[in-house]
Amino acid sequence: MSTARTETVIEARGVARILPGIVPVTLVRDINLSIGSHEFVAITGPSGSGKSSLMYLLGLLDLPTEGDVLIRGRSTREMSEEESARARLTELGFVFQFHFLLEEFTLTENVALPMRALAAYSPAEIRERADGLLAALGLADHRHKRPDQISGGQRQRVAIARALANQPSVILADEPTGNLDSKSSDQVFDILRSLVDEQGTTVVAVTHSEELARRMDRHVHLIDGVIVSDEKARAPAS
Amino acid sequence: MKLILDIALTHVLARGRQTLIAIFSVATGVGFAVMIAAMLEGTENDFIDMLVDTIPHVVISDEPDRPAPQPAHAVFDAAEIRGLMPQVRRRGIKNPRATMAALESWAPGPLTPSVRSNSLLRYAGRDLAVSVIGIDPAREVKVSRLAEHLRSGSLKSLYTASNAVILGTRLAERIGARVGANVSIVSPSGVRINSMVVGLFRSGSRQIDETTIYTLLTTAQILENQIGLVNEIRLRVPDPMNSQPIAQRIAQETGYKAVSWAEANEDMMSSLRVRNIMLYAIVGAILLVASFGTYNIISTITHEKARDIAIMKSFGFTARTIRRIFVTEALILGTVGALAGFLLGYLLCLWLGTIEFRNPMVDFDRLPIAYSWRHYFLAGTAALVSSFIAGYFPARKAASVHPVEIIRGAA
Repeated sequence: MSTARTETVIEARGVARILPGIVPVTLVRDINLSIGSHEFVAITGPSGSGKSSLMYLLGLLDLPTEGDVLIRGRSTREMSEEESARARLTELGFVFQFHFLLEEFTLTENVALPMRALAAYSPAEIRERADGLLAALGLADHRHKRPDQISGGQRQRVAIARALANQPSVILADEPTGNLDSKSSDQVFDILRSLVDEQGTTVVAVTHSEELARRMDRHVHLIDGVIVSDEKARAPAS
Repeated sequence: MKLILDIALTHVLARGRQTLIAIFSVATGVGFAVMIAAMLEGTENDFIDMLVDTIPHVVISDEPDRPAPQPAHAVFDAAEIRGLMPQVRRRGIKNPRATMAALESWAPGPLTPSVRSNSLLRYAGRDLAVSVIGIDPAREVKVSRLAEHLRSGSLKSLYTASNAVILGTRLAERIGARVGANVSIVSPSGVRINSMVVGLFRSGSRQIDETTIYTLLTTAQILENQIGLVNEIRLRVPDPMNSQPIAQRIAQETGYKAVSWAEANEDMMSSLRVRNIMLYAIVGAILLVASFGTYNIISTITHEKARDIAIMKSFGFTARTIRRIFVTEALILGTVGALAGFLLGYLLCLWLGTIEFRNPMVDFDRLPIAYSWRHYFLAGTAALVSSFIAGYFPARKAASVHPVEIIRGAA
């Protein structure tokens, strides 16, 4: 295990996102948030509080109307589409409520896709790594199956494997357990937890479940697009 | 780029039926384009070959290039002269031997003198207007295909009887004459000769076969009542498509009218051109319609794959990569369609080549088909270009998908 010395991985400075229109809609505003390595952050809030919007902004999927998002201290405000795609490819991994696997591809192929897009490894290595990731998530036997041949919990684990493909610094998860039964939820949560503890990956998870949020290390609460509380968990998760 | 190809192939293969329809529509377009092009060029070549074979490439006739000025015009400086008896010009090309010798010094092919006489053929109580052409058999074989067109007799048999003639088959049929028949020919000069039919020819051109009689130069000269007359020199050139400049040079040097075969058949050549334009327009329309099939499937795929596009963009695919994926899909359809179309076109050509064909003007037994890589190249290129365009617009739309909108909507 590395020392507890953390460096800032992802940072929001005065971020606001306002949808233009006759009546402009403010999704989030005045967001100042700094997330370091090894952190397991829950973003909670009622429906429409802007927690998903915040995650999209942190994940460079959306551009802030005001402010700046920094990835490893690098401003993303002036990034071109290519640069921000590159940053997502190398630094970020996404897990959504819906698994978003490509239906026509096998699990191995799905996991391999981001690696092939980055092309940092040879095709043989990519295949090997993809199978390794699936095996680590207990899916070794299913790797030649297609997404519609496995269960919801398994699909979500494949999605996590895919998010981990290029060894990102941050995993951004939007309701990762939202569609799952409690057993699968626990499995997925445990995987995320072990990523933080064992790999030192930063995990930011949006959830509406207070219970789940309590099991994480840091809890950011949003109401009406504004951070109302940001506190470390008192008791470490078991 | 293997990644792009993999994704594109997977998308295309996953939609079997639609993919087949798109490929089939491109293949149909390409196949018929190839077929029509092969047929067009085949019939055109055949027609021109026939024309070039049966008629001389350049004809030099004794008509002056411009009507000769009357001597009175040279003497009197008058605006108009009335009641003048025009000077009668001696017919024929002046000093034909010298003219021919001069032409032979530079002309690229053999030439032959002949006498053309518009006369009347009289047999079994029937009178028919015919062209009597007096030829020199030894030279004629080098210039025209007459020897090959003979159905009976030979050019040498013209020497076997006095005033021997060779008739077109259709002409012989019309009057009911056979080889050995005695016919009489009456010329405008009032000369009447009795001749014997020693051969029959069939050129393939109905007009020629119905109205032409070949005989020896001397016989035609007797008919025209002018010894030593030559009123036509015919020239064969190695490259018939390029006979026009030669005709022009001859006209310039000799002062006689020289007409190339293409010029003589200008109306037919221009109707061929019109026919080509029309048919290529139809082919273009077929290919255009085929490209709608491609457009349709690519836009369906991009529509259905909006979610996949969003997710691929979320983990770092660029808009350019997405665009390439869908353009590649269109090109796959276009390429496979074009290849299938080549096969279809080739089979159609083979099939068309077996069809028997009869034409009242010309007769060939089978529809002539030209096989040329250019047809395939043109149709293939057109199919690929239209596929590219058909794929590009949906691809551009797909690339502009905003991941957040899709992800938010699908959750």
